[in-house]
Amino acid sequence: MPFPALDAQPTSLPCGPAPAPAVRLDAVTKVYGRGDRAVTALDGVDLEVAPGEFLCVVGASGCGKSTLLGLLSGLDEPTSGRRAVNGTVGLMFQESALFPWLTAGANVELALRLRGVPRRQRAGLAADLLRTVHLEGLAGKRPHELSGGMRQRVALARAFAQDADVLAMDEPFAALDAMTRDVLHDELERLWRERNLTVVFVTHNVREAARLGNRIVVLTSRPGRVAAEIAVDIPRPRRIESPDVSELAGTVTALLREEVRRHAGYR
Amino acid sequence: MPVIAESTTPGGRADGGPATVGRGSIGEERSRVAAEAELAGLDALDRPRPAGPGAGQPRVRRAWSALWPKLAACGLGLAAWQAVVSAGWKSRYVLPGPAAVGRELVAMVADGTLPRAVANTLVRAGLGFSLALVLGVAAGSLMARNRVLRSAFGSLLTGLQTMPSIAWFPLAILLFQLSEKAILFVLVLGAAPAVANGLITGADQIPPLLLRTGQVLGARGFAEYRHVILPASLPAFAGGLKQGWAFAWRSLMAGELIVVIAEKPSIGSILQTRRSLADAEALMATMVVILVIGIVVDGAVFGRLERAILKRWGLGRG
Repeated sequence: MPFPALDAQPTSLPCGPAPAPAVRLDAVTKVYGRGDRAVTALDGVDLEVAPGEFLCVVGASGCGKSTLLGLLSGLDEPTSGRRAVNGTVGLMFQESALFPWLTAGANVELALRLRGVPRRQRAGLAADLLRTVHLEGLAGKRPHELSGGMRQRVALARAFAQDADVLAMDEPFAALDAMTRDVLHDELERLWRERNLTVVFVTHNVREAARLGNRIVVLTSRPGRVAAEIAVDIPRPRRIESPDVSELAGTVTALLREEVRRHAGYR
Repeated sequence: MPVIAESTTPGGRADGGPATVGRGSIGEERSRVAAEAELAGLDALDRPRPAGPGAGQPRVRRAWSALWPKLAACGLGLAAWQAVVSAGWKSRYVLPGPAAVGRELVAMVADGTLPRAVANTLVRAGLGFSLALVLGVAAGSLMARNRVLRSAFGSLLTGLQTMPSIAWFPLAILLFQLSEKAILFVLVLGAAPAVANGLITGADQIPPLLLRTGQVLGARGFAEYRHVILPASLPAFAGGLKQGWAFAWRSLMAGELIVVIAEKPSIGSILQTRRSLADAEALMATMVVILVIGIVVDGAVFGRLERAILKRWGLGRG
């Protein structure tokens, strides 16, 4: 789904056959506050996401996961370092953040409108997008009339409506029950495949990361640094309860625990 | 830092996901059908049911259960009024009973005095409140998201809101003489600050997540106001409108008492003329009308608006 990049920055395009990364962070640092009270949320993070990749970012509390997505999506500016995104970034939050004054369909249509889609095409496109997340015929419902899982799917449809080149997701399924989450993993995986998405998926749920990602990046906490990168070669379709996923989750958890233990000294 | 990229597709997005998925086997198709069924089942189970207290009752019964306490309160008020009159505290010429006032009310409606006056007054109220709405929204929008304007004019706005509107009249009369404009001037000054404050409060209470979402979707500048900030502040803004109406109605009554325009009868001018004629029955009949209009507009217009917004957002009892 090519769409003219609105805030594309000149990236150092390689001359070879390798595609330009969809997202690239070079030594990105983000500091909140000043002086004694300054908090370094991210410290020299290098990150490259290839087009079509499903990247999961895991970390304990305070690892700057949300900061990372804020920088990726261009909502926040890094204190130092460089951010290069080949195209646009859509961002989806833990809560659906649907506008409560709009119906499900109107939420999707607003994203289309703000993207500049002509009025005539909006309703049809919105209906198509809702169909892709299996919410056909529910365009007229308001967010409070939908379940948590349905709201997140509307949010997903709205993110698609942005036609962003990269979909950044901030713990999108964390507030859902396990059953719904499982089904939405299947859904997201299907949509990622069908729509050739590039996904950056932030989560504290290690199993979820192992279930979904091509690659897992483990962040340290305070400041957030890249502690490890793990390629995931478990064949798809995966099940969250399969031994492969569990084993990988165990490995990543061990890394995280070690990381958390390092902080035991600080008070 | 080594970048391990064995699972990513070097061919770019067009190739789709990793090689392990594109096989489209029968098993995959079956699991997909199963997933869709699971999804549909979860949707059906998880959907909040639209059931509130009284949702199953017939409409008439619901209306009655809302109405009878009000009727009872009216009856109690009338009874207390009658009791004071019957006690003989004041002469009936000065303090007539509800029956006499009721007869006078019917007579004033029948001979057209009250309808003409009410029409004039309501036109003023509508015009003045609309002006206050426009000015209040404009001022509120500017101040809601601008820190400098807010600290510069925030306390002034609160001051204006608490200032008794009647204090404006001497100046208004100097500026506009005893005219329609003087009344409107005071009415707008009375109501606009409340409207502006309501909008500012509403904007302050917008969940940050919604603002961030608006930014992610690309709502900037005017589009952010139009699509995010204004609609998101509606619930608190409805409260501001209600308060603005109360101020407007009070200012208008004060204005009509002071600024009596000869060829234009109004509720206020009736009060003024009947007081000079010591016609207590007509005076009190008019006061009843003022009270009723205030209640009806508050409930039927602004109360309904508030309920509609809350219901739409899924916040209220509906």
